[in-house]
Amino acid sequence: MISQKRTYQILYHTAAILIAITMIYPLLWMLMSSFKANNEIFITATSLIPKTWDIAHNYSNGWKGILGVGFWMFILNSLFVASLSTLGGVFSSLLAGYAFARLKFKGSKIFFACVMATMMIPPQVMIVPQYIIFKSLHLLDNRLAMILPWLFGSAFFIFLIMQFFRGIPIAMDEAAEIDGCNKLQTLFMVLLPNVTPALITSSIFSFYWSWQDFFNPLIFMNTTKKFPVSLGLRLFLDPESASEYGSMLAMSTISIIPVLAIFIFFQRYLVEGTAKSGIKG
Amino acid sequence: MKSGSLHKEHNLLAYFLLGPWLFGFCLLFLIPMLSSLYFSFTSFNMLKPPRFIGAANYVRLVNDPDFWLSLKITFSYVLMVVPLRLVVALVIALLLVIPSKSSGIYRTIFYIPSVIGGSVAVSIIWKQIFGNPGVIMTWLNQIGVPMKTSLLGNENTALLVIVLMGIWQFGSSMLIFLAALKQISRTFYDAALIEGANPLQRFFKITLPIITPTIFFNLMLQIINGFKVFNEGYIITGGGPNKATLFYVLNLYNRAFRYLDMGYSSALAWILVVIVALVSAFVFKTQNKWVFYEQKEGK
Repeated sequence: MISQKRTYQILYHTAAILIAITMIYPLLWMLMSSFKANNEIFITATSLIPKTWDIAHNYSNGWKGILGVGFWMFILNSLFVASLSTLGGVFSSLLAGYAFARLKFKGSKIFFACVMATMMIPPQVMIVPQYIIFKSLHLLDNRLAMILPWLFGSAFFIFLIMQFFRGIPIAMDEAAEIDGCNKLQTLFMVLLPNVTPALITSSIFSFYWSWQDFFNPLIFMNTTKKFPVSLGLRLFLDPESASEYGSMLAMSTISIIPVLAIFIFFQRYLVEGTAKSGIKG
Repeated sequence: MKSGSLHKEHNLLAYFLLGPWLFGFCLLFLIPMLSSLYFSFTSFNMLKPPRFIGAANYVRLVNDPDFWLSLKITFSYVLMVVPLRLVVALVIALLLVIPSKSSGIYRTIFYIPSVIGGSVAVSIIWKQIFGNPGVIMTWLNQIGVPMKTSLLGNENTALLVIVLMGIWQFGSSMLIFLAALKQISRTFYDAALIEGANPLQRFFKITLPIITPTIFFNLMLQIINGFKVFNEGYIITGGGPNKATLFYVLNLYNRAFRYLDMGYSSALAWILVVIVALVSAFVFKTQNKWVFYEQKEGK
Protein backbone atom coordinates (compact mmCIF):
# COMPACT_ATOMS: atom_id res chain seq x y z
CA MET A 1 0.00 0.00 0.00
CA ILE A 2 2.78 2.42 0.95
CA SER A 3 4.77 1.60 -2.15
CA GLN A 4 1.69 2.17 -4.30
CA LYS A 5 1.25 5.58 -2.74
CA ARG A 6 4.90 6.26 -3.44
CA THR A 7 4.48 5.30 -7.12
CA TYR A 8 1.55 7.70 -7.40
CA GLN A 9 3.61 10.45 -5.88
CA ILE A 10 6.48 9.90 -8.26
CA LEU A 11 4.07 9.86 -11.22
CA TYR A 12 2.41 13.06 -10.00
CA HIS A 13 5.66 14.96 -9.61
CA THR A 14 7.14 13.66 -12.87
CA ALA A 15 4.07 14.82 -14.77
CA ALA A 16 3.94 18.18 -12.98
CA ILE A 17 7.63 18.89 -13.42
CA LEU A 18 7.55 17.97 -17.11
CA ILE A 19 4.62 20.34 -17.68
CA ALA A 20 6.33 23.02 -15.62
CA ILE A 21 9.46 22.81 -17.76
CA THR A 22 7.41 23.07 -20.95
CA MET A 23 5.56 26.09 -19.59
CA ILE A 24 8.65 27.91 -18.47
CA TYR A 25 11.00 26.91 -21.29
CA PRO A 26 10.18 29.83 -23.65
CA LEU A 27 10.91 32.30 -20.85
CA LEU A 28 14.10 30.51 -19.81
CA TRP A 29 15.18 30.48 -23.44
CA MET A 30 14.63 34.24 -23.66
CA LEU A 31 16.55 34.88 -20.45
CA MET A 32 19.49 32.62 -21.25
CA SER A 33 19.73 33.77 -24.87
CA SER A 34 19.87 37.37 -23.68
CA PHE A 35 23.18 36.41 -22.04
CA LYS A 36 24.65 34.94 -25.23
CA ALA A 37 26.79 36.68 -27.81
CA ASN A 38 24.63 37.93 -30.66
CA ASN A 39 26.02 35.59 -33.32
CA GLU A 40 25.79 32.61 -31.02
CA ILE A 41 22.08 32.75 -30.20
CA PHE A 42 20.80 30.64 -33.07
CA ILE A 43 23.89 28.48 -33.51
CA THR A 44 23.48 27.20 -29.96
CA ALA A 45 19.72 27.78 -29.85
CA THR A 46 19.00 24.36 -28.40
CA SER A 47 21.31 24.82 -25.44
CA LEU A 48 20.33 27.08 -22.61
CA ILE A 49 23.85 27.68 -21.28
CA PRO A 50 25.82 30.34 -23.20
CA LYS A 51 29.30 29.42 -24.48
CA THR A 52 30.39 33.02 -24.21
CA TRP A 53 28.57 35.24 -21.76
CA ASP A 54 27.83 38.63 -23.29
CA ILE A 55 25.51 40.16 -20.73
CA ALA A 56 27.04 43.62 -20.74
CA HIS A 57 26.85 44.09 -24.49
CA ASN A 58 23.25 42.93 -24.93
CA TYR A 59 21.82 44.85 -22.02
CA SER A 60 23.77 48.05 -22.54
CA ASN A 61 23.19 47.98 -26.27
CA GLY A 62 19.49 47.32 -25.84
CA TRP A 63 19.23 49.97 -23.14
CA LYS A 64 20.51 52.52 -25.67
CA GLY A 65 17.23 51.84 -27.38
CA ILE A 66 16.24 52.28 -30.97
CA LEU A 67 15.79 55.10 -33.50
CA GLY A 68 17.66 57.43 -31.16
CA VAL A 69 15.29 56.87 -28.21
CA GLY A 70 16.68 55.19 -25.11
CA PHE A 71 14.82 52.15 -23.80
CA TRP A 72 14.43 53.89 -20.44
CA MET A 73 12.18 56.39 -22.23
CA PHE A 74 9.81 53.60 -23.27
CA ILE A 75 9.81 52.37 -19.69
CA LEU A 76 9.05 55.83 -18.31
CA ASN A 77 6.20 56.24 -20.80
CA SER A 78 4.76 52.86 -19.83
CA LEU A 79 5.08 53.60 -16.12
CA PHE A 80 3.29 56.91 -16.62
CA VAL A 81 0.50 55.30 -18.63
CA ALA A 82 0.13 52.25 -16.39
CA SER A 83 0.07 54.18 -13.11
CA LEU A 84 -2.45 56.81 -14.18
CA SER A 85 -4.63 54.22 -15.93
CA THR A 86 -4.62 52.08 -12.82
CA LEU A 87 -5.36 54.90 -10.37
CA GLY A 88 -8.17 56.34 -12.47
CA GLY A 89 -9.58 53.04 -13.65
CA VAL A 90 -9.77 51.42 -10.24
CA PHE A 91 -11.20 54.54 -8.59
CA SER A 92 -13.92 54.88 -11.24
CA SER A 93 -14.71 51.18 -10.88
CA LEU A 94 -14.89 51.49 -7.09
CA LEU A 95 -17.50 54.26 -7.32
CA ALA A 96 -19.55 52.38 -9.90
CA GLY A 97 -19.22 49.07 -8.07
CA TYR A 98 -20.51 50.68 -4.87
CA ALA A 99 -23.44 52.30 -6.66
CA PHE A 100 -24.50 48.99 -8.24
CA ALA A 101 -24.09 47.04 -5.01
CA ARG A 102 -25.66 49.41 -2.49
CA LEU A 103 -27.80 52.11 -4.07
CA LYS A 104 -31.31 51.93 -5.45
CA PHE A 105 -31.70 54.15 -8.47
CA LYS A 106 -33.72 54.53 -11.63
CA GLY A 107 -32.24 52.65 -14.59
CA SER A 108 -29.80 50.61 -12.52
CA LYS A 109 -30.64 47.47 -14.49
CA ILE A 110 -30.11 49.19 -17.83
CA PHE A 111 -26.82 50.68 -16.71
CA PHE A 112 -25.67 47.32 -15.46
CA ALA A 113 -26.58 45.73 -18.78
CA CYS A 114 -24.44 48.41 -20.43
CA VAL A 115 -21.50 47.45 -18.20
CA MET A 116 -21.88 43.83 -19.25
CA ALA A 117 -22.20 44.80 -22.93
CA THR A 118 -18.78 46.45 -22.85
CA MET A 119 -17.38 43.11 -21.76
CA MET A 120 -18.92 41.22 -24.67
CA ILE A 121 -17.90 43.43 -27.56
CA PRO A 122 -14.37 43.20 -28.98
CA PRO A 123 -12.72 46.57 -28.27
CA GLN A 124 -11.28 46.75 -31.76
CA VAL A 125 -14.78 47.32 -33.11
CA MET A 126 -14.79 50.89 -31.78
CA ILE A 127 -11.33 51.74 -32.97
CA VAL A 128 -12.20 53.78 -36.07
CA PRO A 129 -14.61 56.17 -34.33
CA GLN A 130 -12.32 56.34 -31.28
CA TYR A 131 -9.50 57.37 -33.58
CA ILE A 132 -11.69 60.10 -35.06
CA ILE A 133 -12.85 61.29 -31.64
CA PHE A 134 -9.27 61.43 -30.34
CA LYS A 135 -8.23 63.25 -33.47
CA SER A 136 -10.92 65.91 -33.01
CA LEU A 137 -9.88 66.28 -29.35
CA HIS A 138 -6.26 66.75 -30.52
CA LEU A 139 -5.24 63.74 -28.45
CA LEU A 140 -3.55 61.74 -31.20
CA ASP A 141 0.12 61.13 -30.48
CA ASN A 142 -0.47 62.45 -26.97
CA ARG A 143 0.40 60.10 -24.09
CA LEU A 144 -3.08 60.77 -22.64
CA ALA A 145 -4.55 58.84 -25.57
CA MET A 146 -3.04 55.65 -24.15
CA ILE A 147 -4.53 56.37 -20.73
CA LEU A 148 -8.04 57.42 -21.68
CA PRO A 149 -9.27 53.96 -22.68
CA TRP A 150 -8.53 52.70 -19.14
CA LEU A 151 -9.30 55.79 -17.09
CA PHE A 152 -13.05 55.37 -16.60
CA GLY A 153 -13.11 51.87 -15.21
CA SER A 154 -13.65 48.43 -16.65
CA ALA A 155 -16.55 46.02 -16.50
CA PHE A 156 -14.41 43.31 -14.90
CA PHE A 157 -13.33 45.55 -12.05
CA ILE A 158 -16.81 46.96 -11.49
CA PHE A 159 -18.12 43.41 -11.35
CA LEU A 160 -15.41 42.20 -8.97
CA ILE A 161 -15.71 45.19 -6.62
CA MET A 162 -19.50 44.93 -6.66
CA GLN A 163 -19.24 41.27 -5.59
CA PHE A 164 -17.06 42.28 -2.64
CA PHE A 165 -19.53 44.98 -1.56
CA ARG A 166 -22.36 42.43 -1.72
CA GLY A 167 -20.37 40.25 0.64
CA ILE A 168 -20.38 42.91 3.37
CA PRO A 169 -23.38 42.64 5.77
CA ILE A 170 -25.84 45.49 5.24
CA ALA A 171 -25.79 45.95 9.03
CA MET A 172 -22.48 47.76 8.64
CA ASP A 173 -24.13 50.42 6.48
CA GLU A 174 -26.97 50.71 8.98
CA ALA A 175 -24.61 51.07 11.92
CA ALA A 176 -22.65 53.75 10.11
CA GLU A 177 -25.82 55.64 9.32
CA ILE A 178 -27.01 55.53 12.92
CA ASP A 179 -23.64 57.03 13.84
CA GLY A 180 -24.44 59.85 11.45
CA CYS A 181 -22.41 58.94 8.39
CA ASN A 182 -23.76 59.91 5.01
CA LYS A 183 -23.45 57.53 2.06
CA LEU A 184 -20.03 58.78 0.95
CA GLN A 185 -18.64 58.69 4.49
CA THR A 186 -19.99 55.15 4.85
CA LEU A 187 -18.29 54.17 1.62
CA PHE A 188 -14.88 55.66 2.29
CA MET A 189 -14.60 55.33 6.06
CA VAL A 190 -16.51 52.16 6.89
CA LEU A 191 -16.81 49.89 3.84
CA LEU A 192 -13.55 50.62 2.04
CA PRO A 193 -11.29 48.42 4.18
CA ASN A 194 -13.55 45.47 3.39
CA VAL A 195 -13.10 45.77 -0.34
CA THR A 196 -9.34 46.34 -0.40
CA PRO A 197 -8.63 42.81 -1.69
CA ALA A 198 -10.82 43.58 -4.72
CA LEU A 199 -9.08 46.92 -5.18
CA ILE A 200 -5.65 45.30 -5.06
CA THR A 201 -6.67 42.61 -7.53
CA SER A 202 -8.14 45.22 -9.87
CA SER A 203 -5.02 47.37 -9.59
CA ILE A 204 -2.73 44.51 -10.49
CA PHE A 205 -4.75 43.52 -13.55
CA SER A 206 -5.15 47.13 -14.56
CA PHE A 207 -1.40 47.60 -14.35
CA TYR A 208 -0.82 44.47 -16.43
CA TRP A 209 -3.30 45.43 -19.12
CA SER A 210 -2.06 48.97 -19.55
CA TRP A 211 1.60 47.94 -19.29
CA GLN A 212 1.19 45.28 -21.96
CA ASP A 213 -1.34 47.15 -24.09
CA PHE A 214 -0.24 47.10 -27.70
CA PHE A 215 -3.37 47.88 -29.69
CA ASN A 216 -4.26 51.34 -28.38
CA PRO A 217 -0.69 52.73 -28.61
CA LEU A 218 -0.36 51.23 -32.08
CA ILE A 219 -3.39 53.18 -33.25
CA PHE A 220 -2.91 56.43 -31.37
CA MET A 221 0.85 57.02 -31.18
CA ASN A 222 3.31 58.16 -33.85
CA THR A 223 6.39 59.65 -32.26
CA THR A 224 8.99 57.09 -31.15
CA LYS A 225 9.88 59.21 -28.11
CA LYS A 226 6.33 58.75 -26.77
CA PHE A 227 6.14 54.99 -27.35
CA PRO A 228 5.42 52.63 -24.44
CA VAL A 229 7.52 49.50 -23.92
CA SER A 230 5.21 47.36 -26.07
CA LEU A 231 5.65 49.52 -29.18
CA GLY A 232 9.33 50.13 -28.45
CA LEU A 233 10.01 46.39 -28.29
CA ARG A 234 8.14 45.84 -31.50
CA LEU A 235 10.65 48.17 -33.24
CA PHE A 236 13.38 45.63 -32.58
CA LEU A 237 11.60 43.30 -35.01
CA ASP A 238 11.85 45.79 -37.89
CA PRO A 239 14.13 44.63 -40.71
CA GLU A 240 16.76 47.34 -40.04
CA SER A 241 17.38 46.14 -36.50
CA ALA A 242 16.34 42.51 -36.83
CA SER A 243 19.85 41.13 -36.44
CA GLU A 244 20.24 42.58 -32.93
CA TYR A 245 18.73 39.46 -31.36
CA GLY A 246 20.73 39.78 -28.16
CA SER A 247 19.52 43.30 -27.38
CA MET A 248 15.98 42.41 -28.40
CA LEU A 249 15.81 39.45 -26.02
CA ALA A 250 17.54 41.43 -23.26
CA MET A 251 14.93 44.20 -23.49
CA SER A 252 12.12 41.64 -23.74
CA THR A 253 13.39 40.25 -20.45
CA ILE A 254 13.45 43.72 -18.91
CA SER A 255 9.90 44.38 -20.13
CA ILE A 256 8.39 41.46 -18.23
CA ILE A 257 10.34 41.95 -15.00
CA PRO A 258 7.76 44.37 -13.49
CA VAL A 259 4.95 42.00 -14.42
CA LEU A 260 6.66 38.98 -12.89
CA ALA A 261 7.72 40.90 -9.78
CA ILE A 262 4.16 42.01 -9.08
CA PHE A 263 2.96 38.51 -9.81
CA ILE A 264 5.30 36.98 -7.28
CA PHE A 265 4.46 39.48 -4.53
CA PHE A 266 0.70 39.57 -5.03
CA GLN A 267 0.03 36.07 -6.30
CA ARG A 268 -2.70 35.42 -3.77
CA TYR A 269 -4.81 38.34 -5.00
CA LEU A 270 -4.43 37.32 -8.62
CA VAL A 271 -5.40 33.75 -7.97
CA GLU A 272 -8.51 34.74 -6.02
CA GLY A 273 -9.45 37.45 -8.47
CA THR A 274 -9.28 35.12 -11.44
CA ALA A 275 -11.18 32.40 -9.68
CA LYS A 276 -13.96 34.82 -8.68
CA SER A 277 -14.42 36.89 -11.82
CA GLY A 278 -12.69 35.09 -14.65
CA ILE A 279 -10.31 37.95 -15.31
CA LYS A 280 -7.54 36.92 -17.63
CA GLY A 281 -4.00 38.01 -16.91
CA MET B 1 -37.17 54.64 10.15
CA LYS B 2 -33.56 54.08 11.15
CA SER B 3 -32.64 52.12 8.06
CA GLY B 4 -35.03 54.09 5.90
CA SER B 5 -32.35 55.61 3.72
CA LEU B 6 -31.20 52.15 2.66
CA HIS B 7 -34.49 51.51 0.90
CA LYS B 8 -34.95 54.95 -0.61
CA GLU B 9 -33.88 55.74 -4.12
CA HIS B 10 -30.66 57.70 -4.37
CA ASN B 11 -30.80 58.76 -7.98
CA LEU B 12 -28.57 61.82 -7.83
CA LEU B 13 -25.86 60.21 -5.72
CA ALA B 14 -25.88 57.09 -7.89
CA TYR B 15 -25.55 59.04 -11.13
CA PHE B 16 -22.79 61.08 -9.55
CA LEU B 17 -20.86 57.96 -8.55
CA LEU B 18 -21.48 56.35 -11.93
CA GLY B 19 -20.36 59.59 -13.55
CA PRO B 20 -16.78 58.71 -14.51
CA TRP B 21 -17.77 55.32 -15.85
CA LEU B 22 -20.78 56.80 -17.66
CA PHE B 23 -18.62 59.48 -19.26
CA GLY B 24 -16.14 56.87 -20.48
CA PHE B 25 -18.97 54.64 -21.64
CA CYS B 26 -20.44 57.41 -23.79
CA LEU B 27 -17.12 58.74 -25.11
CA LEU B 28 -15.39 55.43 -25.78
CA PHE B 29 -18.22 52.97 -26.32
CA LEU B 30 -21.70 54.30 -27.07
CA ILE B 31 -20.79 57.17 -29.41
CA PRO B 32 -18.15 55.06 -31.20
CA MET B 33 -20.62 52.18 -31.62
CA LEU B 34 -23.30 54.41 -33.11
CA SER B 35 -20.97 56.43 -35.28
CA SER B 36 -19.32 53.30 -36.60
CA LEU B 37 -22.78 52.10 -37.58
CA TYR B 38 -23.22 55.36 -39.51
CA PHE B 39 -19.74 55.19 -41.06
CA SER B 40 -20.46 51.67 -42.24
CA PHE B 41 -22.96 53.19 -44.69
CA THR B 42 -20.49 55.75 -45.99
CA SER B 43 -17.37 56.04 -48.05
CA PHE B 44 -14.82 57.67 -45.76
CA ASN B 45 -11.05 58.06 -45.99
CA MET B 46 -10.42 60.65 -43.23
CA LEU B 47 -9.39 63.27 -45.79
CA LYS B 48 -12.86 64.16 -47.07
CA PRO B 49 -16.07 64.09 -45.02
CA PRO B 50 -17.97 60.79 -45.09
CA ARG B 51 -20.23 60.31 -48.12
CA PHE B 52 -23.41 58.23 -47.73
CA ILE B 53 -23.35 55.22 -50.06
CA GLY B 54 -26.15 53.06 -48.63
CA ALA B 55 -25.39 49.37 -48.14
CA ALA B 56 -22.55 49.35 -50.70
CA ASN B 57 -19.93 48.48 -48.07
CA TYR B 58 -21.93 45.44 -47.01
CA VAL B 59 -22.37 44.33 -50.62
CA ARG B 60 -18.64 44.74 -51.18
CA LEU B 61 -17.94 42.73 -48.04
CA VAL B 62 -19.91 39.73 -49.27
CA ASN B 63 -17.82 39.74 -52.46
CA ASP B 64 -14.50 40.31 -50.71
CA PRO B 65 -12.36 37.14 -50.59
CA ASP B 66 -10.26 38.61 -47.76
CA PHE B 67 -13.38 38.96 -45.61
CA TRP B 68 -14.31 35.30 -46.04
CA LEU B 69 -10.70 34.19 -45.62
CA SER B 70 -10.20 36.16 -42.40
CA LEU B 71 -13.53 34.87 -41.11
CA LYS B 72 -12.49 31.29 -41.86
CA ILE B 73 -9.09 31.76 -40.20
CA THR B 74 -10.59 33.34 -37.10
CA PHE B 75 -13.20 30.59 -36.74
CA SER B 76 -10.51 27.92 -37.19
CA TYR B 77 -8.46 29.65 -34.54
CA VAL B 78 -11.36 29.86 -32.09
CA LEU B 79 -12.50 26.29 -32.81
CA MET B 80 -9.01 24.97 -32.12
CA VAL B 81 -7.78 27.15 -29.29
CA VAL B 82 -10.92 27.28 -27.13
CA PRO B 83 -11.60 23.54 -26.72
CA LEU B 84 -7.92 22.61 -26.51
CA ARG B 85 -7.17 25.28 -23.94
CA LEU B 86 -10.18 24.25 -21.83
CA VAL B 87 -9.31 20.54 -21.95
CA VAL B 88 -5.69 21.21 -21.01
CA ALA B 89 -6.80 23.59 -18.25
CA LEU B 90 -9.22 21.02 -16.84
CA VAL B 91 -6.75 18.12 -16.95
CA ILE B 92 -4.08 20.18 -15.21
CA ALA B 93 -6.59 21.45 -12.65
CA LEU B 94 -7.49 17.81 -11.89
CA LEU B 95 -3.80 17.14 -11.33
CA LEU B 96 -3.39 20.15 -9.06
CA VAL B 97 -6.45 19.42 -6.96
CA ILE B 98 -4.66 16.35 -5.58
CA PRO B 99 -3.41 17.51 -2.17
CA SER B 100 0.36 17.96 -2.22
CA LYS B 101 2.86 20.27 -0.60
CA SER B 102 4.21 21.46 -3.92
CA SER B 103 0.91 22.03 -5.76
CA GLY B 104 1.14 25.75 -4.95
CA ILE B 105 4.46 26.06 -6.76
CA TYR B 106 3.19 24.16 -9.78
CA ARG B 107 0.09 26.33 -9.90
CA THR B 108 2.24 29.45 -9.89
CA ILE B 109 4.43 28.20 -12.74
CA PHE B 110 1.46 27.09 -14.84
CA TYR B 111 -0.22 30.46 -14.38
CA ILE B 112 2.78 32.60 -15.41
CA PRO B 113 2.30 32.30 -19.22
CA SER B 114 -1.28 33.50 -18.81
CA VAL B 115 -0.11 36.57 -16.91
CA ILE B 116 2.51 37.67 -19.43
CA GLY B 117 0.74 36.25 -22.48
CA GLY B 118 -0.45 39.57 -23.84
CA SER B 119 3.01 41.13 -23.88
CA VAL B 120 5.01 41.85 -27.00
CA ALA B 121 7.94 40.01 -25.37
CA VAL B 122 6.05 36.71 -25.62
CA SER B 123 5.26 37.28 -29.29
CA ILE B 124 8.96 37.98 -29.85
CA ILE B 125 9.95 34.76 -28.10
CA TRP B 126 7.45 32.78 -30.15
CA LYS B 127 8.86 34.24 -33.33
CA GLN B 128 12.40 33.29 -32.29
CA ILE B 129 11.40 29.76 -31.36
CA PHE B 130 9.25 28.85 -34.35
CA GLY B 131 10.55 31.30 -36.96
CA ASN B 132 13.62 31.40 -39.16
CA PRO B 133 16.21 31.56 -37.71
CA GLY B 134 14.72 29.79 -34.73
CA VAL B 135 15.12 27.15 -32.08
CA ILE B 136 13.10 24.50 -33.94
CA MET B 137 15.02 25.09 -37.20
CA THR B 138 18.36 24.83 -35.41
CA TRP B 139 17.31 21.68 -33.60
CA LEU B 140 16.04 19.96 -36.75
CA ASN B 141 19.33 20.82 -38.43
CA GLN B 142 21.28 19.32 -35.57
CA ILE B 143 19.41 16.02 -35.68
CA GLY B 144 19.85 15.90 -39.44
CA VAL B 145 16.36 16.76 -40.76
CA PRO B 146 16.91 20.27 -42.13
CA MET B 147 13.78 22.12 -43.26
CA LYS B 148 13.54 24.78 -45.94
CA THR B 149 10.84 26.83 -44.28
CA SER B 150 10.16 27.34 -40.60
CA LEU B 151 6.84 26.38 -39.03
CA LEU B 152 5.88 30.06 -39.08
CA GLY B 153 6.97 30.42 -42.68
CA ASN B 154 4.78 27.53 -43.80
CA GLU B 155 1.19 28.46 -44.55
CA ASN B 156 -0.06 25.07 -43.35
CA THR B 157 1.48 25.35 -39.91
CA ALA B 158 1.70 29.08 -39.10
CA LEU B 159 -1.81 29.19 -37.63
CA LEU B 160 -1.10 26.09 -35.55
CA VAL B 161 1.93 27.80 -34.00
CA ILE B 162 -0.29 30.67 -32.91
CA VAL B 163 -2.89 28.20 -31.61
CA LEU B 164 -0.13 26.56 -29.58
CA MET B 165 0.68 29.94 -28.07
CA GLY B 166 -2.98 30.27 -27.07
CA ILE B 167 -3.05 26.83 -25.44
CA TRP B 168 0.16 27.63 -23.57
CA GLN B 169 -1.81 30.38 -21.81
CA PHE B 170 -4.32 28.05 -20.17
CA GLY B 171 -3.52 29.40 -16.68
CA SER B 172 -6.56 31.56 -15.99
CA SER B 173 -9.02 28.85 -17.11
CA MET B 174 -7.08 26.40 -14.96
CA LEU B 175 -7.53 28.61 -11.88
CA ILE B 176 -11.27 28.91 -12.48
CA PHE B 177 -11.56 25.12 -12.81
CA LEU B 178 -9.40 24.61 -9.74
CA ALA B 179 -11.65 26.85 -7.63
CA ALA B 180 -14.71 24.88 -8.80
CA LEU B 181 -13.09 21.49 -8.21
CA LYS B 182 -12.12 22.42 -4.67
CA GLN B 183 -15.74 23.16 -3.83
CA ILE B 184 -17.05 19.72 -4.73
CA SER B 185 -18.12 18.04 -1.52
CA ARG B 186 -16.14 14.93 -0.52
CA THR B 187 -19.35 13.09 0.32
CA PHE B 188 -20.11 12.59 -3.38
CA TYR B 189 -16.84 10.77 -3.86
CA ASP B 190 -17.16 8.78 -0.64
CA ALA B 191 -20.55 7.54 -1.77
CA ALA B 192 -19.14 6.66 -5.20
CA LEU B 193 -16.26 4.76 -3.61
CA ILE B 194 -18.70 2.69 -1.58
CA GLU B 195 -20.60 1.91 -4.79
CA GLY B 196 -17.27 0.79 -6.27
CA ALA B 197 -16.94 3.40 -9.01
CA ASN B 198 -13.54 3.56 -10.71
CA PRO B 199 -11.70 6.89 -11.20
CA LEU B 200 -12.99 7.35 -14.76
CA GLN B 201 -16.59 6.73 -13.69
CA ARG B 202 -16.12 9.15 -10.80
CA PHE B 203 -14.86 11.80 -13.19
CA PHE B 204 -17.63 11.41 -15.78
CA LYS B 205 -20.52 10.78 -13.38
CA ILE B 206 -19.65 13.20 -10.58
CA THR B 207 -16.93 15.75 -11.33
CA LEU B 208 -17.87 16.61 -14.88
CA PRO B 209 -21.63 17.20 -14.31
CA ILE B 210 -20.95 19.28 -11.20
CA ILE B 211 -18.53 21.60 -12.95
CA THR B 212 -20.57 22.10 -16.14
CA PRO B 213 -21.54 25.65 -15.03
CA THR B 214 -17.82 26.44 -14.72
CA ILE B 215 -17.11 24.91 -18.10
CA PHE B 216 -19.88 27.02 -19.57
CA PHE B 217 -18.54 30.20 -17.95
CA ASN B 218 -15.01 29.46 -19.17
CA LEU B 219 -16.31 28.62 -22.63
CA MET B 220 -18.17 31.93 -23.03
CA LEU B 221 -15.16 33.88 -21.77
CA GLN B 222 -12.72 32.13 -24.08
CA ILE B 223 -14.92 32.43 -27.15
CA ILE B 224 -15.26 36.19 -26.68
CA ASN B 225 -11.50 36.43 -26.08
CA GLY B 226 -10.76 34.25 -29.10
CA PHE B 227 -12.41 36.58 -31.59
CA LYS B 228 -10.20 39.43 -30.38
CA VAL B 229 -6.98 37.75 -31.53
CA PHE B 230 -4.75 40.40 -33.11
CA ASN B 231 -1.30 40.92 -31.54
CA GLU B 232 0.00 37.49 -32.53
CA GLY B 233 -0.96 37.95 -36.15
CA TYR B 234 0.32 41.49 -36.33
CA ILE B 235 3.63 40.99 -34.51
CA ILE B 236 4.64 37.42 -35.27
CA THR B 237 3.44 36.74 -38.79
CA GLY B 238 2.09 40.02 -40.15
CA GLY B 239 -0.91 38.02 -41.33
CA GLY B 240 1.20 35.75 -43.51
CA PRO B 241 2.56 33.65 -44.98
CA ASN B 242 0.24 34.09 -47.94
CA LYS B 243 -2.50 35.44 -45.62
CA ALA B 244 -2.56 32.20 -43.60
CA THR B 245 -2.90 34.13 -40.32
CA LEU B 246 -4.99 37.05 -41.53
CA PHE B 247 -7.23 37.24 -38.47
CA TYR B 248 -10.50 39.13 -38.71
CA VAL B 249 -9.34 42.03 -36.54
CA LEU B 250 -6.02 42.21 -38.39
CA ASN B 251 -7.88 42.51 -41.68
CA LEU B 252 -10.08 45.20 -40.12
CA TYR B 253 -7.01 47.06 -38.87
CA ASN B 254 -5.30 46.87 -42.26
CA ARG B 255 -8.41 48.16 -44.03
CA ALA B 256 -8.77 51.05 -41.60
CA PHE B 257 -5.23 52.21 -40.96
CA ARG B 258 -3.24 50.97 -43.98
CA TYR B 259 -5.78 51.74 -46.69
CA LEU B 260 -7.72 54.42 -44.76
CA ASP B 261 -10.87 52.62 -45.79
CA MET B 262 -12.79 53.77 -42.70
CA GLY B 263 -16.30 53.18 -44.04
CA TYR B 264 -15.59 49.65 -45.15
CA SER B 265 -13.74 48.74 -41.96
CA SER B 266 -16.71 50.05 -39.93
CA ALA B 267 -18.91 47.61 -41.84
CA LEU B 268 -16.39 44.87 -41.00
CA ALA B 269 -16.55 45.93 -37.33
CA TRP B 270 -20.34 45.69 -37.22
CA ILE B 271 -20.36 42.28 -38.85
CA LEU B 272 -17.94 41.16 -36.14
CA VAL B 273 -20.31 42.43 -33.43
CA VAL B 274 -23.14 40.46 -35.02
CA ILE B 275 -21.00 37.32 -35.34
CA VAL B 276 -19.81 37.43 -31.72
CA ALA B 277 -23.37 38.08 -30.55
CA LEU B 278 -24.74 35.17 -32.61
CA VAL B 279 -22.07 32.73 -31.48
CA SER B 280 -22.51 33.75 -27.82
CA ALA B 281 -26.28 33.49 -28.10
CA PHE B 282 -25.95 30.05 -29.69
CA VAL B 283 -23.65 28.77 -26.94
CA PHE B 284 -25.95 30.35 -24.38
CA LYS B 285 -28.96 28.52 -25.86
CA THR B 286 -27.21 25.16 -25.75
CA GLN B 287 -26.66 25.39 -22.01
CA ASN B 288 -30.10 23.86 -21.28
CA LYS B 289 -28.85 20.72 -22.97
CA TRP B 290 -25.64 20.18 -21.04
CA VAL B 291 -25.19 22.59 -18.16
CA PHE B 292 -26.33 21.20 -14.83
CA TYR B 293 -27.45 23.73 -12.24
CA GLU B 294 -27.92 22.30 -8.77
CA GLN B 295 -30.72 24.64 -7.71
CA LYS B 296 -32.92 23.68 -10.66
CA GLU B 297 -32.61 19.97 -9.86
CA GLY B 298 -33.58 20.63 -6.27
CA LYS B 299 -36.99 22.08 -7.10
